[in-house]
Amino acid sequence: MNSLRKQLDKLRPHFSEGGRFQKLHSVFEGFETFLFVPDKVTFKGSHIRDNMDLKRTMTVVIIALVPAILFGCYNTGLQHFRSTGTDASVLQLFWYGFLRFLPLIIVSYITGLGIEFAAAQIRGHEINEGFLVTGILIPLIMPIDVPLWMLALATAFSVILGKEVFGGTGMNIFNPALLARAFIFFSYPAWMTGDKVWTKGLVSGANVIDGYSGATPLGLCAQGHTADLPSFMEMFIGTIPGSVGETSVPAILIGALILIVTGIGSWKIMLSMFGGGLTMALLLNALGTNEFMQLPFYYHFVMGGFAFGAVFMATDPVTASQTEKGKWIYGFMAGILSILFRVLNPAYPEGVMLAILLMNLFAPLIDYFVIQSNIKRRIRRLQAVNQ
Amino acid sequence: MNNQEKEPLFSARNIKLLTAPLHKDNPITIQVLGICSALAITVKLKPALVMALSVTIVVAISNVVIAALRSYIPDRIRIIVQLVVIATLVIMVDQILKAYAFDVSKQLSVFVGLIITNCILMGRLEAFAMANRPWPSFLDGLGNGAGYGLILVIVAFFRELLGSGTIFGYPVMEKIGIYTTGYENNGMFILPPMALILVGLIIWAQRSKDRSLIEEKQS
Repeated sequence: MNSLRKQLDKLRPHFSEGGRFQKLHSVFEGFETFLFVPDKVTFKGSHIRDNMDLKRTMTVVIIALVPAILFGCYNTGLQHFRSTGTDASVLQLFWYGFLRFLPLIIVSYITGLGIEFAAAQIRGHEINEGFLVTGILIPLIMPIDVPLWMLALATAFSVILGKEVFGGTGMNIFNPALLARAFIFFSYPAWMTGDKVWTKGLVSGANVIDGYSGATPLGLCAQGHTADLPSFMEMFIGTIPGSVGETSVPAILIGALILIVTGIGSWKIMLSMFGGGLTMALLLNALGTNEFMQLPFYYHFVMGGFAFGAVFMATDPVTASQTEKGKWIYGFMAGILSILFRVLNPAYPEGVMLAILLMNLFAPLIDYFVIQSNIKRRIRRLQAVNQ
Repeated sequence: MNNQEKEPLFSARNIKLLTAPLHKDNPITIQVLGICSALAITVKLKPALVMALSVTIVVAISNVVIAALRSYIPDRIRIIVQLVVIATLVIMVDQILKAYAFDVSKQLSVFVGLIITNCILMGRLEAFAMANRPWPSFLDGLGNGAGYGLILVIVAFFRELLGSGTIFGYPVMEKIGIYTTGYENNGMFILPPMALILVGLIIWAQRSKDRSLIEEKQS
């Protein structure tokens, strides 16, 4: 570690003002703070800088995502070998899935970080780490079979038009990872819906055994085949077709625990989103005009991306509501809308993505009203004291 | 009055009326008018071009008519007079399209009729024709129609090329043979939101090229 520090210190003069690589200053800065906790202190006013900077925050989120990533690799292999009807050991399954998942991660990071670096150089900003998490979230919410150029295009779209035009990390209105998914969802719907894309090798259709459809539970429900659903336990554990990281609820719950304990993800948003989903599901149960609406309410939490969305997407500190009261409303509405879109709109079997994006749009408005009501309450209190 | 009579037909001032709307005073990217139709009819180039022509003709002729009548129109009923002129012209354009270009007319559907409500028209009549002579008004109308059409054609070009893989119906992407490499048409370019994003990108490009267009920050 010490020698690394010395190397960096030796390189620093080249990158500071007047040095040879002055223009690449922010690149150097980016790598340095990636390796070492920044030792910067504030020089005016009484502000305290926490060691827990953006980079550390992002690292914790990535650690929280590890269980979902590992299970995603395993499940990718599992679904593939199920579709071909061959037996394989757990390690083989995992390795197969890992090799298929790796290109997605690489493409997403190269595209996103490339644009992020370029934007930082053009604007003379420091490189910020917002993309570290987005870059891994994007492949986790993609079908494993998505063509890599589409993934690159979607990543570029979400980073440029979802983030950089608004002013970079921390300024975006929409969750960039969800935006990338929405882009593919609307641009190339064949690659984001249907039965084939969720299992590697199913599109080409080679060696697929009879009886394996590859349909996701939500796909089955939207087509009205609720009787063919996998068991609750299977959907809970996550050995079902779906986007890479979204299937396993236990893996996501481990991530949620890490986020809550470290205080990075808001438990209020997670809890209220589940509450909203529960409310809507019970309401639909009560109405119950078709099989999808009659589905037991707890099924909704283990199908599709509900758990993943509630834990990793809705809690994004930039795009969610900032006020504590606002977080309850924001999460609750996201939960309600997710189940509403999912059940009542057969064109969009997965409603979580659209529900969270829609609530992203409303988050500033919710905050505004929460703050206004607080101000009004205080004015009334003041008037009561004065009288 | 005499002074103006002697002004040559294509004086610098008049030329500017014609060219300013193409860039510095573009009705869509600078004044942000007529966005609705720009989103609705730019899926394909052909309807976009026909629409641009129709709007140009209507705005130019109605500008001339209103400019000629401007001293006889009572101020309090000027909007209704302007509407009568526009509506007459729009109906004529609509009938001509139906007679000679029925397929395009069907694609444009209600949007030919909706030229009446296009803000660019009323904007030009109110802001220019009511205070200027017929010839400058005619040039102003042509310029604004062309500025509107320019953006329409740019947007439609990208939407048709990337959304349907064709240009004026000619399958460009297929001829290049790009589909064999796994390329697919982008469905989002067919949806209206992409037109809005494209217009936004044009505004971005225009303003970063010509920084004088960027509004000053209000403190």
